[in-house]
Parts: sequence; structure tokens; C-alpha cells
Amino acid sequence: MSENKAMKAAESTQMQARPEQEMILRPPVDIYEDASGITLKADLPGVSKDRLSVQVEGNNLTIEAQAVIEMPEGMEALYADVTATRFRRSFTLSNELETDKIQAEMKDGVLSLHLPKRAELQPRKIQVQ
Amino acid sequence: MFGYLTGFDRDLFEQFDQMRREMDALFNSLSAPLGIRSSAAGSFPAINIGASPKQVDVYVFAAGLDPASLDVSLQQNLLSIAGERKVEVPEGTQVYRRERFNGSFRRVITLPEDVDPDQVSANYRDGVLHITVQRKEEHQPRKIEVK
Repeated sequence: MSENKAMKAAESTQMQARPEQEMILRPPVDIYEDASGITLKADLPGVSKDRLSVQVEGNNLTIEAQAVIEMPEGMEALYADVTATRFRRSFTLSNELETDKIQAEMKDGVLSLHLPKRAELQPRKIQVQ
Repeated sequence: MFGYLTGFDRDLFEQFDQMRREMDALFNSLSAPLGIRSSAAGSFPAINIGASPKQVDVYVFAAGLDPASLDVSLQQNLLSIAGERKVEVPEGTQVYRRERFNGSFRRVITLPEDVDPDQVSANYRDGVLHITVQRKEEHQPRKIEVK
């Protein structure tokens, strides 16, 4: 938010002409699967643990986060690759995943989610006698 | 034709993204200070630069780095940031998406000319590297009293 304000201050004349619209960033993710479940990793730089929400509604997984960046007073933007501080991305889950056993971990701006498969659906090795 | 069918989701959104970036570059005079050493838009890591009368702040959005592996140096007003991010995927897994940056990177930024290379600090928190460079005093605006 405060970043947006800094941007606006720097180019207030240009911004007024454009319609007010909140930009939302789509974080890049890695997704891979092994026998126990699916692992999802998302880059969320500037996001601390308490500004992150991971929600499951039915079959829908939504990651929402807010980046917070400290800024000194009176700062003007000279250059900006990142012009928004909100992240959001959704995924559709499948039935074999146990949504109430999802584990989440946040470290250095990287979110790691583990979505376990139901035990009865995990592949079992059958011993041939 | 098959490329269009199979890569629909990714390509279409990437095209929009590309278009947006080009528009931003066109209309956005903010991209000027990076100059001839700048990287293409969308390069990893993303960088924001802010200036206030006393200091210049550089924010490098690079999640999941080992701060010890970062190489940050300032030569006069040329700031260079290099490092490596290894994104590991365990063996024997089936990979569906690999969008996160993997490998080494270097970005060089031209800061305003009045920065003091002896007064730099950097810290890494929540995946953002924040570099602060103080500006030289003789360049700071002074209030002139009218008698």
C-alpha cells in the first residue's frame, strides 16, 4: 500500500488520468508430486507469516498475501519493477488430497505447502511371495 | 497450431503480461536511471529504487536466498548485485510447474551521482534485500534563512 502511495506521489499527474485499479501480483510457483502428496512452493517476497492467508474452500485453494516494505519518509520512486504489494493465486484441488492436513511453512518469502494424499490412496508396494 | 492448443493457458497470459510490460516501459519514464547496464523487464530479481533527500533505498525482491551467497558491491554510484538461487526439486517426483527462477543472476544499477559509497547498509528480510546508501551532505537541500 505505502509503496503505491510513493508511486503516486512521484507521478501524481499521470496517475489521475488513469482509472483507480488495484494491481494484484500472481506469484510464480513450483508444483511437484511424490507418493505422499503434492508440494507447492510460491515466491512471495516481502510477505511475513502473519500477512499470509492460505484458504481451502471446497476444491479451491487460494493463496493471498500482502507484502510490507519499510520506506523512509519523503521517498520518491526512481524506478519500480514491482508496482503492487498484493499477491493472489488460486488452484483447483482433486479429491484424493486431504485438505484438512495441509502443512504450510513460510521462510525468507517462500511459501511451502504440502498437500498429503489420503492414506488409502497412496500407492502401496505389493510383495510377491 | 498444436502450440496454440496445448500452450493456451500459459502463452495467452504471458502475452498479456508481455504486453503490459511493454506498455509500462513505454509510458513509464521511471525506467530511465538503470541506463545502459539495465536488464530486460521481468528479469529476476525485480528491483525498486526510491530516493529521499538523505538516502537512496534499493529493494531487491528475491525470495528464498541465502544472504551469505549474495555479492553486493558499490563502485562510486554503480551498484551491482549478484547471487545464485538454487531451486531444488527432489528426485523421483513428477513435476507439473517450474515457474520460479533457478540459477545465478546479476543486476547492475546506476544510482544518483551524489551517493556516498562509504555509507552503505544492507539487510535481508522476508525475501527482500534492502540496501540503503546515504547521500553526500553537500548535495542535500539546505534551508536558507532570509534575514
